[in-house]
Amino acid sequence: MSKVRKDLKRNIKSNPYLLAGLIITGLILIMTIVGIFWTPYEPTAMNASEKLKGVSLRHLMGTDNMGRDIFSRVMYGSRITLLIAIGTVAIGAGVGTIIGALTGYFGGMLDEVMMRIIDALFAFPSILLALVIVSVFGTGWIQLLVSLGIAFVPSFARIVRGEVLRCKNMDYVENARLQGVSDFRMIFVHIVPNIKGVMASSIMIGFNNAVLAEAGLSYLGVGSQPPYASLGKMLSDAQQYMFTMPSYVLFPGAVIVLMVLGFAFLGEGISRWK
Amino acid sequence: MEIILDVTDLHIEFHDSDTPFVAVEDFDLMLGKGEIVGIVGESGSGKSMSALAIAGLLNRKSLKKSGRIMFDGNDLLTCDRKTLRSYQGDEISIIFQEPMTSLNPVKRIGWQVEEPLFIHHPEVSKENRKFMAIEMLRSVGLENADDVYYMYPHELSGGMRQRVMIAAAMIGDPKILIADEPTTALDVTVQAQIVELLKKLNKERKTSIIFISHDLSLVNQLCQRVIVMQEGKIVESGRTSDIFTRPRDPYTKKLIAAIPRIDLSRDDKDNE
Repeated sequence: MSKVRKDLKRNIKSNPYLLAGLIITGLILIMTIVGIFWTPYEPTAMNASEKLKGVSLRHLMGTDNMGRDIFSRVMYGSRITLLIAIGTVAIGAGVGTIIGALTGYFGGMLDEVMMRIIDALFAFPSILLALVIVSVFGTGWIQLLVSLGIAFVPSFARIVRGEVLRCKNMDYVENARLQGVSDFRMIFVHIVPNIKGVMASSIMIGFNNAVLAEAGLSYLGVGSQPPYASLGKMLSDAQQYMFTMPSYVLFPGAVIVLMVLGFAFLGEGISRWK
Repeated sequence: MEIILDVTDLHIEFHDSDTPFVAVEDFDLMLGKGEIVGIVGESGSGKSMSALAIAGLLNRKSLKKSGRIMFDGNDLLTCDRKTLRSYQGDEISIIFQEPMTSLNPVKRIGWQVEEPLFIHHPEVSKENRKFMAIEMLRSVGLENADDVYYMYPHELSGGMRQRVMIAAAMIGDPKILIADEPTTALDVTVQAQIVELLKKLNKERKTSIIFISHDLSLVNQLCQRVIVMQEGKIVESGRTSDIFTRPRDPYTKKLIAAIPRIDLSRDDKDNE
């Protein structure tokens, strides 16, 4: 345990990306977690006398076109956005890694069949897939999460397959085979740790894409339903007030940017971990 | 002497193209307990192929193998994968030419040395494994074994890595150690140290060693018996001292003449 802590300390000192990533994602996480228990106002409470107010002490980020407090809505919305993004990447990376590792390692018929299925999935626009799932199972953020997760599987499977193909002919894999290592152990203990750098950056890119996809799909009305908010939904609601009340579009947008930036830094920091 | 490995009529063919390519033909080898046998020959003479076959590493579909490799009452060419795997890394170990790339770059040295033990003897406790790994690292000549245990491969030099490879190969106390050109990638002083180390391990643990090399002076130092191969065939085999003093085959003579000698000046060589 102390070894891990020592490693972390040393890395934070020598690695500004890791530090910046930890601070930014830390702040976002704190804001989100506080939002679960307390928000300055009820995120859905409207107030007709305070429509489209600017930044003030009463409303730290101003109010929207229905007089709802934007700060409260951002706290609530980032929870939904984070959940969707993390869930999407977890499904995509989890399933994608297993498929990619198995097909890359064993090759042959399994590889051919799985890759053609992946190709078919790739050719399917993720928005269409989401619409299909939503029309079958109803609207809501869980359906959105699942459909985005499925849509993210192919890219992870491709990346992992390529990396496994690269690694499986390495001398150390040959050497491990000579030590009598089983196929399963070979894949997940010897090879997969070697691709964690690539994985970390593609997870972070995937995370960013998930945040953006969530925004796009919420805009189409597929994701979280009004009056509840997600950051993407707020952004699309705000676009018609972009010039009359810039704070409405600025703050949810800034939180999205910080979220994406924080995770990108974290990814870079992890890939430079020594 | 107790025979632990008996290879008869080993025949390996590649079927990648229309005309099959014969890599090894009529290869015979009897290995006694505690014996060191050298296999020499130029690149492509089939010496590595024979060794890989013995280690059970040739299971490509395009490859045709025949003959027998008897070890511990089983034929390694025909036995099932599970039996083969239970030998690999435990009873039969191999060390490769390339110490720079044969270690997993993201795993600590200790973990990699323990790996064969973890696979073949899961009953050994974690503390015991660590103790054995550090002992092993020390006995291959890594003085600061306690530190090396926690290092990553990139923190070690080529010679140190080859020592780590040997430690990982030897930790299961194998009956046979196959050294496939273990010194080729190393510089001359380190080469000599590695050969000394192999000698020491052979003496202490009675491990039989198959030493593959194209460096005849190293073979002369280390091996009791030599097999000379050319184009997949054995051209000559016998006791090292006999072969070096009275080579019969012209190819062997040429190989021996190619050893650089320190006792001849340049003029002498020209006169020869």
